[in-house]
Amino acid sequence: MADSKLLTRGRIFDIQRFSTHDGPGIRTIVFLKGCALRCRWCCNPESQSYNIEQMKQNEKIKTIGKDVTVAEVLEEVLRDAPYYRRSGGGITLSGGESLLQPDFAISLLKACHDHGINTAIETTGFAEQSVIERFIPHIDLFLMDIKHINSAKHAEFTGQPNERILENAALIARQAKRLIVRVPVIPGFNDTETEISDIAAFAKSLNGVNEIHLLPYHRMGRDKYEGLNRPYLMGDVPPPTSEHMEKLINVARSHGLTAKIGG
Amino acid sequence: MSAIYSQKIEKSERIPKLIEHLFEKMPQIESERAVLLTQSYKETEGQPITLRRAKAFAHILEGLPITIRPLELVVGSNTKMPRSCQVFPEYSYSWLEDEFDTIETRSADPFYISDETKKTLKDVYTYWKGKTTSELATSYMAPEALTAIEHNMFTPGNYFYNGIGHVTVDYAKVLKIGFKGIEAEAKAALEKLSVADADYARRHHFLEAVIISCQAVCNYAKRYAALAKKMASDATEPRKSELLKIAENCQRVPQNGATSFYEACQSFWFVQMLLQTESSGHSISPGRFDQYMYPYYIADLESGKITREFAQELIDCIWVKLNDLNKVRDAASAEGFAGYSLFQNLIVGGQDSNGRDATNDISYMCMNATMHVSLPQPSFSVRVWNGTPHEFMIRAAEVTRTGVGLPAYYNDEVIIPSLQSRGLTLEDARDYNIIGCVEPQKAAKTDGWHDAAFFNMCRPLEMVFSGGVDNGVQIGPQTGDVTKMQSFEEFYDAYKTQMNYFIELMVNADNAIDVAHAELCPLPFQSCMVEDCIGRGKSLQEGGAIYNFTGPQGFGIANMTDSLYAIKTLVYEQKVFTIAELKEALQNNFGKDMDAKKAEQITTQVAKEFVKSGKVLSSDDVKVIYETVVKNNCSGDKKDAYGKILDKIGELPKFGNDVAEVDSFARDVAYTYTRPLLNYKNPRGGQYQAGLYPVSANVPLGAQTGATPDGRLAFTPVADGVSPAAGRDVKGPTAAANSVSRLDHYIASNGTLFNMKFHPSALAGAGGLESFVALVRGYFDQKGSHMQFNVVSRETLRDAQANPEKYKSLVVRVAGYSALFTTLSRSLQDDIINRTQQGEF
Repeated sequence: MADSKLLTRGRIFDIQRFSTHDGPGIRTIVFLKGCALRCRWCCNPESQSYNIEQMKQNEKIKTIGKDVTVAEVLEEVLRDAPYYRRSGGGITLSGGESLLQPDFAISLLKACHDHGINTAIETTGFAEQSVIERFIPHIDLFLMDIKHINSAKHAEFTGQPNERILENAALIARQAKRLIVRVPVIPGFNDTETEISDIAAFAKSLNGVNEIHLLPYHRMGRDKYEGLNRPYLMGDVPPPTSEHMEKLINVARSHGLTAKIGG
Repeated sequence: MSAIYSQKIEKSERIPKLIEHLFEKMPQIESERAVLLTQSYKETEGQPITLRRAKAFAHILEGLPITIRPLELVVGSNTKMPRSCQVFPEYSYSWLEDEFDTIETRSADPFYISDETKKTLKDVYTYWKGKTTSELATSYMAPEALTAIEHNMFTPGNYFYNGIGHVTVDYAKVLKIGFKGIEAEAKAALEKLSVADADYARRHHFLEAVIISCQAVCNYAKRYAALAKKMASDATEPRKSELLKIAENCQRVPQNGATSFYEACQSFWFVQMLLQTESSGHSISPGRFDQYMYPYYIADLESGKITREFAQELIDCIWVKLNDLNKVRDAASAEGFAGYSLFQNLIVGGQDSNGRDATNDISYMCMNATMHVSLPQPSFSVRVWNGTPHEFMIRAAEVTRTGVGLPAYYNDEVIIPSLQSRGLTLEDARDYNIIGCVEPQKAAKTDGWHDAAFFNMCRPLEMVFSGGVDNGVQIGPQTGDVTKMQSFEEFYDAYKTQMNYFIELMVNADNAIDVAHAELCPLPFQSCMVEDCIGRGKSLQEGGAIYNFTGPQGFGIANMTDSLYAIKTLVYEQKVFTIAELKEALQNNFGKDMDAKKAEQITTQVAKEFVKSGKVLSSDDVKVIYETVVKNNCSGDKKDAYGKILDKIGELPKFGNDVAEVDSFARDVAYTYTRPLLNYKNPRGGQYQAGLYPVSANVPLGAQTGATPDGRLAFTPVADGVSPAAGRDVKGPTAAANSVSRLDHYIASNGTLFNMKFHPSALAGAGGLESFVALVRGYFDQKGSHMQFNVVSRETLRDAQANPEKYKSLVVRVAGYSALFTTLSRSLQDDIINRTQQGEF
């Protein structure tokens, strides 16, 4: 009998192999299209809208987004199985926000587990509790952003308040196998020692959480905004210096967390 | 058994000073060997050749200037100046004479040569006319083979003009019993001969030659003992004591068995250096240094006679010395082997002959040495199998990360069964090492002729299009009018016919050269350290080794795969264009202009022809010729049509992107070279076996190849090794590795070469090393044979920016993750270049 979950369809915009920084080992990252947040610094602006769109890149027009079945994605993911086995790697769902395509994402994660492949997700955590509960059994590692503790500031810079995110973090911490908290360090938004300290304190308070990653702001995505004909709201803000990152990492460590810069 | 010591050991202050001295001056050509050789040959006219060789070797070792360089602990140099070279007129000489005035300024591997040396060599060369191996080999070749060489179908250049080299001798035996012991073996064999034996004379000559060679080497070492003693008398401490120790060592070894690690190092070095004095062959490979040196090290360490630090210093000294040896090649070969490289391959780790892991302290100390010295020699390699300690892999990855392009990684799980399929015993196969670039063999038992020729697989395809005609000459079989071929099978059969024909001619050429070496240049010194030359009473060159092979390399697999795949799908299946249209597009280089450098070369050639025929050319005339050559002057319509064909080809999936259909096709295309070769035998009684790698010959030989149906433009480089064609693998390292693993690496038992480019940032941190190791492991799990990594520099990144098409698979680490460099925006690329400094990871 055909495995019906393999026929589930979803919308992705990229698959990247040999990624070594989003979860353990060598991983294949599947980028799902569509996100509920609009973070000003987002380095994948083409991921935000669920609609298939055009982006100009290196003088060429590229179509962003395509509808695929779980079977198609799985075939691509399985190609690197020899490297997952040797490195403890696997699949990482990224986006966009995978929680917004639960049927597709969960079918894909299940199919990976069927093949003994480790699963991870990079998520904003912005979804209904019931949706998150459906995901939890199929994910070996949650990499979840906590961007700010202050809800108003969170809303100002990402378009959404943070209450639901913080509640979901607690839920995931209680029920999931493993949760690592990630913080994009954005100048002018959350890059003070106090703000990082607040986030670290929150992370530490979560059940079983002992690791935090600080991801310094970078301008990788800037050209994409131009390609999408959208303004780049971050302007010429320079990335945090490594000295400053060192300071912040020590703040995070002072809360008793294992902390590192980058994924 | 004591635990393995795998920690890093500090570099001694001596090492940078040795290196500084080594690179102070440009390498030079020295004439003493050629003079001494010629003197001896003149005195031994009419004597048996094996004896003449031994007497010449002895005469050279008596008269060659000796020198102990400042601060050296391990001594012995066959040239006065560092990194310089002697010459070997017995193999060939006219190319050097032709290049006397340009060799100092040529772009690849220049050498200084004094006017005096030029004059001396000119005198010497008068003796050698008509007496060289290359002249004899030429006279032995079939005329068709000579024509094929002239038309660049293949090149047997290496052994055609030079010694063979490509051997790993029994270092362990010399360390153990010394040349006194080997001399005794030869004497015992002589005793056993009966004067009535059918081959008495030959055996007798050979064994006598071995005895002369062994004694010559012992006497040579004693000249060093005397020199060291003399230098000591003028020296102050601590150098005085060092020199006295050197004198003591050279007095004992290599005549006797080594009684300490230090003596073992000195004994090893004399063997390594003198092999390269007897003959000009390169790729004289030390092999499993960690295995045969270990007993001396551990005995000294356990008895407190040596510290780890001093043992490391000695190993580092050997690493420096390996860079002191050099060889001059003709200008064309110098491009093919660019970088003054001698390919002295030294390998650590892997299994022992009983199948247990063989990693020991010295394996790790060799890694330290490679990091300490950071020079191209030795060609450092590691063996990997399922039982290789993870720590060993991580340490090797750390060496890779320094950016020296070393070590190369070899897969026991493929190479051992592959060698067994060539007749090696299981024990011998497990004890393999690598010769030169990637060629596996069993040390001290093999004459592998591993670098017998380069066979350009693209050229036979050109012959299918031309019906075997090249530049108006019928050089290949008449496979019919290509435009009339009705099916892909018909086309592919024609390709195989062309392949088979030129493979046969290559075998003819190689065998001719093989016989010439046996007749004119047997090497008794080298032979006495390979089994079973003494037992059989004949040199390696005459078939004295247990295992005999000839291994010519095929290259261009990726281009031929993509080409044949394009013809199959676009011409015969989808009928997008006809074979006639493709032929026309190829003849016109797809309507593209020619590479400026190549155009210059052709212009020079054309101009020369004009001048020869008596025309006087002004500079304007030359300009006109150049313009005609470089500009593709076909009409705009034609250009469009060719461009469309090129676009269609461009859209096809290519080898290197993990596309199963294309990759299995590649496996089949490789068989067109690897399988026919297995049918042939060499004059030493051994078998032909294929390798799939071009060293760096893919660039110069690509310059002799017209446009190919994979969209490769005329005269541009052909794909490197079994790696995907440059810039065509766009799905990252795992995809490329998967594709390459789909080739049959077992049948290419002379080695395959897979090159991957990384920026050091991609290997940053502990996680970077772990991922790197998993990449190697994952490729090897899928039965790849060899992998090496080019960890690129900032300059390369700049080049990648300027020529993105060449670097589509280059991985760099960007803020927190890795990416393909050419996919990044210009500004980000600049950013990465600017923050990348050597050693910043």
